[in-house]
Amino acid sequence: MSEVLKFHFDVDGENFSSAGEASVVMKKKLRQLGFSPEVMRRVSIAMYEGEINMVIHANGGTADVLVSDDEIEIILSDSGPGIPDIALAMQEGYSTATDNVRALGFGAGMGLPNMRKYTDYMNIDTKVGVGTTVTMKVKVQ
Amino acid sequence: MNTYKHSVSLDESKCQGCTTCLKRCPTEAIRIREGRAVISSVRCIDCGECIRVCPHKAKKAIHDALECLGAYKYTVALPAPSLYGQFDNLDNIGYILEGLRKIGFDDVFEVAKAAELVSAYTRLYLNQPDIPKPVINSACPVITRMISMNYPCLCDHVMPILPPVDIAATLAREKALREHPELTSADVGIFFISPCPAKASYVKNGFAGDKNNIDHVLSVRDVYFRLIDVMKNLDEPELATESGLVGIGWASTGGESAAIFNERYLAADGIENCIRVLDQIDNEDIPNLDYVELNACSGGCVGGAMTVANPYIAQARLQNLKRYLPVSPNRPSDETVPEEVKTDAALAYNPNALLSEDRGQAMRMMQDIEEICCELPGIDCGSCGAPTCTAFAEDIIKGETTMDECTVIMRELFHRYLREHEEKAIAEGLKPLIHKEKKESE
Repeated sequence: MSEVLKFHFDVDGENFSSAGEASVVMKKKLRQLGFSPEVMRRVSIAMYEGEINMVIHANGGTADVLVSDDEIEIILSDSGPGIPDIALAMQEGYSTATDNVRALGFGAGMGLPNMRKYTDYMNIDTKVGVGTTVTMKVKVQ
Repeated sequence: MNTYKHSVSLDESKCQGCTTCLKRCPTEAIRIREGRAVISSVRCIDCGECIRVCPHKAKKAIHDALECLGAYKYTVALPAPSLYGQFDNLDNIGYILEGLRKIGFDDVFEVAKAAELVSAYTRLYLNQPDIPKPVINSACPVITRMISMNYPCLCDHVMPILPPVDIAATLAREKALREHPELTSADVGIFFISPCPAKASYVKNGFAGDKNNIDHVLSVRDVYFRLIDVMKNLDEPELATESGLVGIGWASTGGESAAIFNERYLAADGIENCIRVLDQIDNEDIPNLDYVELNACSGGCVGGAMTVANPYIAQARLQNLKRYLPVSPNRPSDETVPEEVKTDAALAYNPNALLSEDRGQAMRMMQDIEEICCELPGIDCGSCGAPTCTAFAEDIIKGETTMDECTVIMRELFHRYLREHEEKAIAEGLKPLIHKEKKESE
């Protein structure tokens, strides 16, 4: 087992304009570590979409990223409302975002589908009224 | 090995080692070492932010001097359209073109003319199927360098067409040789009058490759002061501008975009704003756009660090100058993008942030950086000479500085030492060094 680097980010739920900042910091770190542009992009997009989701639906949360030589794992946790119907939430275009969120350009219903599209593994652990933890993995070839 | 030649430099005698530039550099390229700013040539993108903010005027743009004209038999000035916005009460661009001849140039070729061709080529390029959208403009060298360093997945979005100044230089040289068959190419000096140091670097580093026809880069500021002297005494000028609304529009943000003649564009300026836009494009979090125009300087090229006028006033003057001009009198001869205006290769990723070539080593360094960061105050004060605590931790791990440069940590150590000294003194019945009365009165 090779060494694992751990990064922790608090995603602020109060501030829309700062949403997505953790993924920018993470992208820089992956660049410093010499990961390929493709890996950087997949991690960055998956994490970005997750961050936005946490800000829109859950008043923020935490993002933990575990970087090893062959895999990057992203764990997004929140204490938000939970997802009542995961299959429905995974449908492209399905969105529960309010009009004022859509006015900011979010809420197109592509968040979770994109997170799955750009990762090699995704698991959603959710409980209504308790919160959601999304675990994603991107394999490094 | 870094061989990039820069156009932003430091006057060491003026630098006070304050942290103003340190905090404003968008690529964290500046450190304060031994009381003076040091610019990393690997990281600097020549944006000129430090020149703009330095309170001591210690940062300078490097460019050529007008005296270089003497080295050529025949000289051509390529004025950037932003030059036209520098003059107060000017109602005819012809005065500037005529003035350029008066200060020593044999001919003038307006960059705005080539800009109109580039706008036409851009419209053709945007119509091609299977190109990565949105297409990002190639004219701002600060932005293209930024993309090559930090946005590898956007490199192929940058339009593979040369910026207007390169096309202007080629056309100007061809014109000079055609009109003066007695001249050789070496006799002809092509001088770009630039609003920004980044263009000077672009030329020095030969980014246009074999297609580089620019010999020297002069600053709008230098030329401006020479021009106002001669323009005062000019009668009605013989020369008139040959460019239109579109070409002159390139001087400020939005002009380039407006010339694609469709509404699916975004135009942003100011380096920090451009970075935010690039981050969102990188995350595919943008509406359906054809074209993205990014200018590192606020206001666009009129805001360049080698200009004279306030960029917004310059833009207002340009609006007035453009009023009765045709839309775009310069058009390509047919409906194709000629090979000679295409860039030699797509923009390449330049991974200069790499901690180490060896992944394992890079991971260990990153771990150490994270650990040092936990010990640092996290207030990004800049007193250590690095812009942020994270950058300081990186510098420590790279062996460029040491932990004792952190003034916050040093102050804590100092207070601890004083306390220990006090306690020892009291225990030994000696007089304390520090008076306690003040504390008690609080």
